[in-house]
Amino acid sequence: MSDQPLLEVSNLRVAFPTRQGVTEAVRGVSFTLGREKLGIVGESGSGKSMTGRSILRLVPPPGIVTADRLAFRGEDLRDASEKRLRAIRGSGIAMVMQDPKFSLNPVMTVGRQIAEAYRVHSKASAREAKRRALEMLEAVRIRDPERVYDRYPHEVSGGMGQRIMIAMMLIPNPDLLIADEPTSALDVTVQMQILAILDDLCGQRGMGMIFVSHDLNLVASFCDRILIMYAGRVVESCPASELRDARHPYTRGLLDSLPRLDDPRRDLPVLTRDPAWLTDDAPPEKAR
Amino acid sequence: MIRVEDLRVAFGQDANRVTAVDGVSLTVREGECFGLVGESGSGKSTVLRAVSGLNHDWTGRVSVAGADQSPRRAKGFFKTCQMVFQDPYGSLHPRHSVDRILAEPVAIHGLDDADGRIDRALREVGLGPSFRFRYPHQLSGGQRQRVAIARALILEPRVLLLDEPTSALDVSVQAEILNLLRRLRAAHGLTMVLVSHNLAVVANLCDRLAVMNRGRLVEELTVDALRHGDARQPYTQQLLRASQGYDRATAESFRDFA
Repeated sequence: MSDQPLLEVSNLRVAFPTRQGVTEAVRGVSFTLGREKLGIVGESGSGKSMTGRSILRLVPPPGIVTADRLAFRGEDLRDASEKRLRAIRGSGIAMVMQDPKFSLNPVMTVGRQIAEAYRVHSKASAREAKRRALEMLEAVRIRDPERVYDRYPHEVSGGMGQRIMIAMMLIPNPDLLIADEPTSALDVTVQMQILAILDDLCGQRGMGMIFVSHDLNLVASFCDRILIMYAGRVVESCPASELRDARHPYTRGLLDSLPRLDDPRRDLPVLTRDPAWLTDDAPPEKAR
Repeated sequence: MIRVEDLRVAFGQDANRVTAVDGVSLTVREGECFGLVGESGSGKSTVLRAVSGLNHDWTGRVSVAGADQSPRRAKGFFKTCQMVFQDPYGSLHPRHSVDRILAEPVAIHGLDDADGRIDRALREVGLGPSFRFRYPHQLSGGQRQRVAIARALILEPRVLLLDEPTSALDVSVQAEILNLLRRLRAAHGLTMVLVSHNLAVVANLCDRLAVMNRGRLVEELTVDALRHGDARQPYTQQLLRASQGYDRATAESFRDFA
């Protein structure tokens, strides 16, 4: 493996033309990603999901994505053909969405969907694909893979649905996984178990991961590095272990507004938004 | 203020019958804020819906404000007991203005001075009169939840039932709504029941809480005990650990509780 970064993003912008003028959802986001877990945190409307989607060119029209550089393993994604992009989606970069209910095909058994994901990216036989799919179901700790293989999405629970999504995304063996709020719809204990699976798979396969979430504590405890987004910009970037010492007033405000079990303080400080946050650039990350 | 004894709720028939609430008893004192915590499917919302009169099909005993309640409630009950729902996008009529949303309960209960009441209710939730003639789509999620709270408060109820009132909101907005609920409770001596999956939110607003799992009440404890980690039941301890953030070893230790 060279020291080339997995993903390079420079001055990424996503704009939506509307009748009232152009709305910019993402306004100049830059980062590079190695084989690490990068968390992107922000409130609704901060552009965190759009950042994840624009990498795979999944921003719906009329959205316009521009960037000075958007490269995956050194390959420019901006002028990649749809055909080339289809090959990258899945086998190079995979994406797990928030809600398995809307991301799985409701009229196809989950096993066939996982096997299909494998066959699209390899020349395996149907039999081989089924074997791999069963293996994958086991890897995401589904107890009885044979039984679950023939189930339809409505017959499985939310937690199992999300495991199935993860199995489907990991079976083509991608180098980068973009997970957009993969556990927000799940109970806390199930959430922990899914994260443990992602954590292990990331470690074993040397996969890079972009973890998009609104949950600061979760990201701080799960990821290696964090970008905090506000109104389409990265306002702060820090190693996850140093989130508690974040300096930007927005990050501080978000942290303070969280109710905490270990803090009996009743009235929560309310975030007051400073217009300067809309234009200030993120201070450079402290040298480690 | 609220007393529930041996509440049972089941859905479906015969083979498909699912017991959602299985013999739950609890008491909420006047002026108290009581938390009901559990994972999805634990029956916490179903308990709340039975107390509020939204679910008619239950057995056991429910009494609110000293009066035993039958499954179907008279109009007067809703003057005492109001509810705020989780999704501020779904719980407001999209084609009714804030004014009309707030005027409806006043008209239903035949109260006078609708104009003054709406004005006061809006001020009380921190919105002010300028929001009165807006439509829900012109409001943010937090503002909508404030309208839903104003709609509940306009009847001057004694009991407020809250079903995950902040889980659809951003954390900064959640803090505002929690502060608002605490202030309203102190100002009106409201009795509250807060259903939530978030232990920290419950700890912030409530005095006591009950933990539910698979339709049963696992344990009742004070918020102070929760803060000090003095949960007796292993299920509650697991929930506590899960809410502390991701930890590889902790995730490994989780098990299912029947």
